[in-house]
Amino acid sequence: MTSTAQAAGRSPVRRLAGTLHRRPRLRLSLLLTAPLLWLAVLYLGSLAVLFVSAFWTTNSFTSEVVKVWSTDNFHALFTTPVFRQVILRSIGVALAVTALSAVIAFPVAFYTARIAKPKWRPLLVVAILTPLWASYLVKVYAWRLILSQGGFADWMLKPFGLSGPGFGLFATIIALTYLWLPYMILPIHTALEQLPANLLDASADLGARAGRTFRSVVVPMVLPSVAAGSVFTFSLSLGDYITVQIVGGKTQLIGNLVYSNIELNLPMAAALGTVPVVVIVLYLLAMRRTGALSSL
Amino acid sequence: MQLSRSARIALRVAAGVGFAFIYVPLALVLVNSFNPDRSASWPPSGLTLRWWSVAWENEGARAALWVSVKAGLGATAIALVLGTLVAFAVARHRFFGRDAISFVVVLPIALPGIVTGIALNSAFSTVLEPLGVGLGLFTVIVGHATFCIVVVFNNVVARLRRTSGSYEEAAMDLGADTFRAFADVTFPLVRSALLAGGLLAFALSFDEIVVTTFTAGPGIETLPIWIFNNMTRPQQAPVVNVVAAVLVLLSVLPIYAAQRLSADTASGSRV
Repeated sequence: MTSTAQAAGRSPVRRLAGTLHRRPRLRLSLLLTAPLLWLAVLYLGSLAVLFVSAFWTTNSFTSEVVKVWSTDNFHALFTTPVFRQVILRSIGVALAVTALSAVIAFPVAFYTARIAKPKWRPLLVVAILTPLWASYLVKVYAWRLILSQGGFADWMLKPFGLSGPGFGLFATIIALTYLWLPYMILPIHTALEQLPANLLDASADLGARAGRTFRSVVVPMVLPSVAAGSVFTFSLSLGDYITVQIVGGKTQLIGNLVYSNIELNLPMAAALGTVPVVVIVLYLLAMRRTGALSSL
Repeated sequence: MQLSRSARIALRVAAGVGFAFIYVPLALVLVNSFNPDRSASWPPSGLTLRWWSVAWENEGARAALWVSVKAGLGATAIALVLGTLVAFAVARHRFFGRDAISFVVVLPIALPGIVTGIALNSAFSTVLEPLGVGLGLFTVIVGHATFCIVVVFNNVVARLRRTSGSYEEAAMDLGADTFRAFADVTFPLVRSALLAGGLLAFALSFDEIVVTTFTAGPGIETLPIWIFNNMTRPQQAPVVNVVAAVLVLLSVLPIYAAQRLSADTASGSRV
């Protein structure tokens, strides 16, 4: 840092500026006080209280929270069959959404990054991004329209003598895939775009056909980006409870269990709420090993 | 990679199917807003503009839109201030716990909305209610601002990392004090990043439903909450159809704005 030390004896504003300049620690604490009060005290404080309350219990007659330390709620997570089933189902849905997104995203990204004419590519990226700005609820609502009885899906499948899947687990997976798909396409597009052409040429020169080049060069180079995209598709799906309410029929996911426990048993809701958080953190740690997080 | 002709065709077809998957549902929402029937049966029995005028007159939807705009503007304003402050601290200073701060900023958007929602809800009801402050628009703004900080922070910190501090130092060497250097040098450098971050923050708040559910007081209904409450009522279906179509059309605006902003902030990534 350079110094402009002649500030003394000027206007108060000028003096304050000089003080701030000479004392970076003061500047830093002025910068950080308000955001830290907000994020660390208000937000982390609320979260901490919530997770502590997971160890409390409720009076089963009055639904009032009783502040007695116990691990009963966590015990119930693993022993109650409904909870176990719903937790496993939620993780399954999140994995299915991730897999389906990757399968749909790859050809789209390959086309936009390497097959389409270069002058069209920026426009195609915008076309992938635009749906991200469309309202979350409207996108789920679109699938409610499509899958409702006598709706678009039924109409499309009628010539084949089939009917649409209706509302349920499958509809939930489709709608969640639809919501988070752009988050999967974009990193794969970027990775494919940056794939050096001479690696592909080298592979061809060494006698590999397209299929072999794809398996041995393209896939390993793109995999970290798939992992990066999967962080979004997986964690956003795992915490969701609105989509499943709209197109899931009677299907319950972990978010629904949290929601339905809030009124009557807040400590149980808090304990259930830790499940997606823990699973997401474990997933992030697993993905970090693939180098995915550095490309986020 | 020399792809065979058939492989190229297969990839084109698969990409076409992918784009159809992305755009057909949105197109259906648009067409359905002209559907004269209350049911979602396809194909529609005709086309009518009637529901557009009915929706325009709908008090509930209008009020909800206004609440959403107020919440979005409030949350964006707070997020712009707090996000910029953290970004300057992280990008221009070295201190203990710097990485932890970047982590805490991302946390509200990384955790499931329902966890953030019930945490804030119980904090508000234990801290604010004894003070006589109930849940209302104010608490919605506080909740939204919490997860909007990250998008402002990301945009501003990325800009600050690319522009070294030497411009400010040059300004100071020429006699500008800290404030003058900020107003004449630093602020113009980060202005488009602030715009992009603010736009993202507003969009994020405007679209939010889960945290809103837990922080809104009785009678406070944002547009997403209104849509959610009316979606399953057959009587309201035509109005919901029109509101959904309007939101699809509006989603083009931020893309246009982002294209106009400098290319490096136009990526539109929400996180």
